[in-house]
Amino acid sequence: MHLPDGFISVPVAATTGVIAVTAIAVAVRVTNKKIGEKQVPMMGVLAAFIFAAQMLNFPVAGGTSGHFVGAALAAILLGPWTAVLIMSSVLVVQCVIFQDGGLLALGANITNMAIVSVFISYYIYKGIYLMFGKSRTGLLAGAGIGAWFSVVFAALACAFELVISGTSPWEIAIPAMGGIHMIIGVGEALITVAVLSLVMATRSDLLKLQVT
Amino acid sequence: MKAKWWIIGLAVALLLAIISPIASSFPDGLEKVAQDHEFAEKAGTSPFSVMSNYIFPGIENEALATVLAGVLGTIILFSLGFGIASILKSKNEA
Repeated sequence: MHLPDGFISVPVAATTGVIAVTAIAVAVRVTNKKIGEKQVPMMGVLAAFIFAAQMLNFPVAGGTSGHFVGAALAAILLGPWTAVLIMSSVLVVQCVIFQDGGLLALGANITNMAIVSVFISYYIYKGIYLMFGKSRTGLLAGAGIGAWFSVVFAALACAFELVISGTSPWEIAIPAMGGIHMIIGVGEALITVAVLSLVMATRSDLLKLQVT
Repeated sequence: MKAKWWIIGLAVALLLAIISPIASSFPDGLEKVAQDHEFAEKAGTSPFSVMSNYIFPGIENEALATVLAGVLGTIILFSLGFGIASILKSKNEA
């Protein structure tokens, strides 16, 4: 759901640009205070994995495809603020080097996929994880449900930007974007749970690297 | 000797980039909504192009060009993530 230039108005681009810069500044400060030796390679691997996985569009209903976003995975493994940095790095490289996502729309894409999706998934995950008494089931259930909501809410944020930009009326943008991403979100949930299960089975110590 | 976990993680990411030509070429959720509701034509094109559409320039074989772009992007992001983390870590130790 990378917005190209032309879909959003200048005020929307400027506002989301300010939101993106502010969130990245806070993320740098929080990460700077808390990050340790062990988080360094994880940040590299997650950025690389999320970029590569985002290239793999999978077909969903009606001639549409979706792709993994990765915000929930990053938020669960490294905490929300570090996830903001990882997701923003991916979006900046996609925009500047691969012309995926418009330059003026970069702030909006960061807002949707590096901020909204990260925090929505992180707090849903955390709530469910605590509700299940920090069990293995709770971790995976929270991850799956959080991942699904991360995609749906990022899509709704995107739709909202289209609406206030005057690109598409709300009665079309909101249900159309929400609806298709409720299906794509299932893919996001499955991939997130699969990756976390694999980490849990092989190196469960890597699940304790959250920077919060 | 057991390989370090992050080398395995990076290898998995590179593998995904290598198989990226199998990705579905259907429009994604936003593109599809834009086509169905007639605002796709509003999309602007970038004023510059480095590797647009994940195609490494100057290579005729499209699958190979996609793989090269994907592998290069994966390496760039590993370096960027690792680099940002290293800088932030060294600053907090100082």
